[in-house]
Amino acid sequence: MPKLLAIDFLLILASAWAAIGLAGLAAPRNTRFISKILFPLGALVALCVGGVGLCALGAPAETAVLGIGLPDLPFHLRLDNLTAVFVMLLGCVSVGISIYAAGYFRDGAGTAPGLLCLEYHVFLASMLMVLLADDAYAFMVAWETMALSSFFLVTTNHQHAEIRRAGYLYLLIAHVGAIAILLSFGVMTANSGDYTFAGMRAQQLSPFWASAAYLLALVGFGAKAGLLPVHVWLPEAHPAAPSPVSALMSGVMLKTAIYGLLRVSFDLVGTPLWWWGVVALAVGLATALFGVLYATVQSDMKRLLAYSSIENIGLLAVGIGLALIFHSYRMEALAALALTAVFYHCLAHAGFKSLLFLCTGSVLHATKERNLGKLGGLIHRMPWVAWLALVGVIASAGLPPLSGFVSEWLLLQGFLFSPGLPHSWLNMVVPVAAALVALVAALAGFAMVKFYGIIFLGQMREAALKDAHDAGLWEKVGLVWLALLTLLLGVMPATVILRIDAATRQLLGKGLAERIDDHGWWLLAPIAPARASYAPILFLVTIVLSVWLGRWLVHRLYHGRVRRSPAWDCGYFFQGPRAQDTAEGFSQPIRRIFEPMFRMERHFPSARDTAPYYSVKVEDHFWHWLYLPIARLAGWISTLITNLQGGRIAIYLMYSFVTLIVLLLVARP
Amino acid sequence: MISISGLIGQLFAIALALALAPLLSGWVGMCRAWLQSRTAPPLWQPYYMLHKLFHKDVVLAEGASSLFRVAPFVMFGCMVLACAIVPSLSTDLPFAPAADALALVGVFGLARIFIALAAMDIGTSFGTLGGRREMLIGFLAEPALLMVIFTVAMIAQSTSVATIVETLAHRDFYIHPSLAFAGVAFTFVSLAENARVPVDNPATHLELTMIHEAMILEYSGRHLALIEWAASLKLYAYSCLGLAFFFPWGIAAGDSFPALLAAIPLLVLKLAIGGVLLAGIETINAKLRIFRAPEFLGTAFLLAVLGLLVRLLLETKL
Repeated sequence: MPKLLAIDFLLILASAWAAIGLAGLAAPRNTRFISKILFPLGALVALCVGGVGLCALGAPAETAVLGIGLPDLPFHLRLDNLTAVFVMLLGCVSVGISIYAAGYFRDGAGTAPGLLCLEYHVFLASMLMVLLADDAYAFMVAWETMALSSFFLVTTNHQHAEIRRAGYLYLLIAHVGAIAILLSFGVMTANSGDYTFAGMRAQQLSPFWASAAYLLALVGFGAKAGLLPVHVWLPEAHPAAPSPVSALMSGVMLKTAIYGLLRVSFDLVGTPLWWWGVVALAVGLATALFGVLYATVQSDMKRLLAYSSIENIGLLAVGIGLALIFHSYRMEALAALALTAVFYHCLAHAGFKSLLFLCTGSVLHATKERNLGKLGGLIHRMPWVAWLALVGVIASAGLPPLSGFVSEWLLLQGFLFSPGLPHSWLNMVVPVAAALVALVAALAGFAMVKFYGIIFLGQMREAALKDAHDAGLWEKVGLVWLALLTLLLGVMPATVILRIDAATRQLLGKGLAERIDDHGWWLLAPIAPARASYAPILFLVTIVLSVWLGRWLVHRLYHGRVRRSPAWDCGYFFQGPRAQDTAEGFSQPIRRIFEPMFRMERHFPSARDTAPYYSVKVEDHFWHWLYLPIARLAGWISTLITNLQGGRIAIYLMYSFVTLIVLLLVARP
Repeated sequence: MISISGLIGQLFAIALALALAPLLSGWVGMCRAWLQSRTAPPLWQPYYMLHKLFHKDVVLAEGASSLFRVAPFVMFGCMVLACAIVPSLSTDLPFAPAADALALVGVFGLARIFIALAAMDIGTSFGTLGGRREMLIGFLAEPALLMVIFTVAMIAQSTSVATIVETLAHRDFYIHPSLAFAGVAFTFVSLAENARVPVDNPATHLELTMIHEAMILEYSGRHLALIEWAASLKLYAYSCLGLAFFFPWGIAAGDSFPALLAAIPLLVLKLAIGGVLLAGIETINAKLRIFRAPEFLGTAFLLAVLGLLVRLLLETKL
């Protein structure tokens, strides 16, 4: 009996996902069967996928050839360490999301549950196939399956016009990106006709063509990830999709784009040029700053999170850029530091952003409300969701001791080494870029306080919120899983980095393992303990201990008496919920300080208005300056072309005749 | 790995911080009163305050959630950790590997988030106002602080605070012009972070101008005591961080007992001088409008970046 390889396991698991999806079709309206049997089964498969990914880390690469597809063009598949990291991510995160989904999807308008189950599991399976693909053909097929299945998931509630519009925008930009990726693969095959990744690696591209392939990949994968200026679909599609789907797209699908970018720029095109890194760094910084600024001014909770995802993708691009710069100068140890930060941030973001999206799902179910201005005080009604969301919020704000801080710390450490670059001005400009990263991190804290404070704290802004209920059991389990993931990634960075180091070594030939290994699991010291170290467990223990000790001592030495009374508020008697900050009010300082970054339409009442009202509408500059002109141009060209359509057969025959003549003239031997 | 004497030194440093921090606040208040021709409260006033507050009942607002009750303890814990990491007497601190200078910024950030969220918890107008303004000051000050740390870390080739102090204090003496820029920026940031005069006024209850006070309006009893204590610990930690970066002489390198004993009077002296300067700054400046704070902290940020550039341009051997 032939030995079963890890890659065969993964193929079996992908087929299992597809089978679960098809089983949903058997009883498309039986919600109980689908949500309580099929989705938990999917979670079980996801757990296996995560486990296989974890085990495959550090193992030698495995390949497989799958004889489906076109004749003479089979699917080549490969499981190496880079793939394994992302397979692990896909598995671990989707366990939580699938369990949550088991409690989330209910009867109602929109796509039938059975169809939803099919789309959901095909989406999962196609993401796995994207990671496994080892030739351009298989990659594109899986990539398109992923785009289409997620499109159908986004448009689950297709009876609303704005959701159809969001889905259309998503599909459009996904295809612009897909074209760029296809062209990038085309450049890399260099007319050899060999579409396997192994063939691309063997090509020796000239610097010009290598740069072309890299830039096309940056645009293509950037469109999927949400880099500027092709980010506009994200804040539309995420609020439109059901929350588990938003979580899956933001947590996992965006990371497949990061995977693709890493695969092309570090693996397929050969040695990078130094300015590739600068391009990624600049785009990443712009994206991160843009994303976080817009996140702070949103009034829709899911849009806020979507912009926050754009910010995180920007930070990932910054990390990739830094790693590329170091890599191009053969400073592999430092490149490994930056690349580890990228991998870590992928894992961290997948965990905490899925968690936050799922929390918004629970809030949405409990209140039927996405608008921050109509929420508030939910910590009293939904303590589970509120405390678990706090975990996500702290991680997302990049604060210790949770996962977001580790990657940020690694990234800043990478920047601290950039003065050593052997380049006349890069070694001065790059460290200053760290200032912007610091600003982004600090602004993320502002956005997260707004998100949490306005949804969960304060007084309830609407009377209907009194009836809100906490999440159900399935939902709680899913949330707890993701919160635990965030906590583990936060307090055990050395252990995790030792596991994912195999991927870094594969791409750069050098990793951080030998340096980290000496200090024990509790201390993260990527270079040397005297140079920089971070021991989150010690950190956590000190804080918890002093909180507990402080409380015990105070109660022991003095007393623990508590009296309840109405809030004081400097003696003001009007303390209704309307006296609190609105979502717009909370972000007013940002709108004022960063005014040129926003396109705003504001209305202020004058002193004599009898019915005064305030309004502010914030729009994206890119819509106005980039997308609307392109849309107008496309419309204009289409009108021109309709002029050709006269409706008389003689004219059409004439067109064919003229075309033929022109072709004959051009193709004359 | 962790020596007993190191651990004792560490615990001693924490105990010293807990004891000295209210004294520092009292000293600053005293100097301020003198400079403003007022009769100064006694130096021990903050201790009386803490004792009184711990005795009082906690009067909890009706809408308060459990987060509101946890936040003062978390803030206090964060500040204790910060004081444990920043070398005040000796650089031989067993807790130092727990967090380097970057993580120290994270500790302050964690405390800030908790107190800002607690301020929003009751849902009063002043609470949310305070929380929003605190986060505003926070996101303006944090990048500047990080850039200061970057400058210092590049000189010392390390982000570990203990290593920075060792490099700056116990090796050959160099003059670093970049440190002058960083020092000014750090002063600006510390004023803002500790709710001091050009940005906030610790003595105000003038409703529309307050930041820190607005956040803690609803706190009382032991919760308020912990917050006040944590605020003075924060001032102490910032002062020690400034001393460690810019005037590190006198901090003992090892954990020998005589060296530690010698470091105490020097630390007290340095803190006392710092307190006088702080009171002086607070007296000769007027409080800025809240929307002038971005300019103030923007200046700090630019100075810190300038310091970094000076370091990279002039001080790196080409």
